[in-house]
Amino acid sequence: MAEDQVRSGWPLYEVFLRGKRGLNHVHVGSLHAADPQMALRHARDLYTRRNEGVSIWVVAAADITASSPDEKDPFFAPSGDKVYRHPTFYRIPADVPHM
Amino acid sequence: MLTMVPKTGPEGMVAMTAHPEDGLPEDGTGQLQAHFDETIERGRRIEPRDWMPDAYRSTVIRQIAQHAHSEIIGMQPEGNWITRAPSLRRKAILIAKVQDEAGHGMYLYSAAETLGADRADLTDKLLNGRQKYSSIFNYPTLTYADVGVIGWLVDGAAICNQVPLCRSSYGPYARAMVRICKEESFHQRQGFELLLTMMRGSAAQRAMVQDATNRFWWPSLMMFGPPDDQSPHTAQSMAWGIKRHTNDELRQRFVDMTVPQADKLGVTLPDPELKWNAERGHYDFGSVDWDEFMAVVKGNGPCNAQRMARRRAAHEEGAWVREAAAAYAAKHPLRRGEAA
Repeated sequence: MAEDQVRSGWPLYEVFLRGKRGLNHVHVGSLHAADPQMALRHARDLYTRRNEGVSIWVVAAADITASSPDEKDPFFAPSGDKVYRHPTFYRIPADVPHM
Repeated sequence: MLTMVPKTGPEGMVAMTAHPEDGLPEDGTGQLQAHFDETIERGRRIEPRDWMPDAYRSTVIRQIAQHAHSEIIGMQPEGNWITRAPSLRRKAILIAKVQDEAGHGMYLYSAAETLGADRADLTDKLLNGRQKYSSIFNYPTLTYADVGVIGWLVDGAAICNQVPLCRSSYGPYARAMVRICKEESFHQRQGFELLLTMMRGSAAQRAMVQDATNRFWWPSLMMFGPPDDQSPHTAQSMAWGIKRHTNDELRQRFVDMTVPQADKLGVTLPDPELKWNAERGHYDFGSVDWDEFMAVVKGNGPCNAQRMARRRAAHEEGAWVREAAAAYAAKHPLRRGEAA
């Protein structure tokens, strides 16, 4: 097998770790692997050498659909003017208990 | 896995990685530049798919790549002693440490790829000598005391350099540095503990520690790079938040940290001009031999040829593993999740 084929044969995987029970998986980085099983094993060796995780997800980077990068992007604009979605929007007398 | 560098083509880099120009208007550069400048100004992070100036991108790629290559080549001087470690305890520690160096290289290559760098291309640039690694790894490790001194001085200098980079303006690099700095702390402490143990040993062992200190002290000071007045890119890098202190500031900080440690250890740092300056509140120290530094950077250090030859051989000898893994993956499409 030519070196070029080998190169194109090792896709990029993004790695997500659950640090401990009760927490979400969090993105920690990426690595290259020939297939998902190898990606998982490499992720264990690379990202959990000191008990950093109890569960690993690996996802082929090519399979991720992401929003466009700019935080000012209109994609997020719909939530920008809806202050009434936050509890602090509502004025309640200070002597109302448990609220 | 960590002894070989996996390879891929650019098609692999999609999701978390760079496609910076997608959908951006040709004429919008001024506004984009202003947004970039404002992000830096407010101390916020630049993230992979953000617009950024080409020079920022290429400078950060170069910085991360050089750092990654240093971690990979940095496995060799200490790896040299794994088979001859004096006890099982020391051997286990040294293997863990060398494995960490490989891991650090991988974190960093991963960060460089978020900027659109290609892993295989970075590997080629190291193997062809078109990208550099830290000059410190071109010095030989002659005794087991060198393992301790590398942990104490070389990793100590690396920590000095790297802690401020945990605040790098480039998000993925900063996050990689946080992880690396945590692990470097183990590296430095194991080195210092090794040296303390040797200093409590025989006169010959104490002499080994002193000899290793003599050989690594000046090269460690060179790790911070040329003096500020010969470091033309420092101002731009500081403005971009990819460098937080000048070379000379960091070198001074390292000297100030290290002198009391040398006292505790009972070794003499090989610099007759080293002394406390109460007025400055810092230690004064002698001048570094920058001619030696330049010679080593240009490839004429004691071990440059050996390090590169070893790296190339490891890469070539790993080719069959990469080929076999790719062939296996191609034969088992189910494992790739391609069938229903």
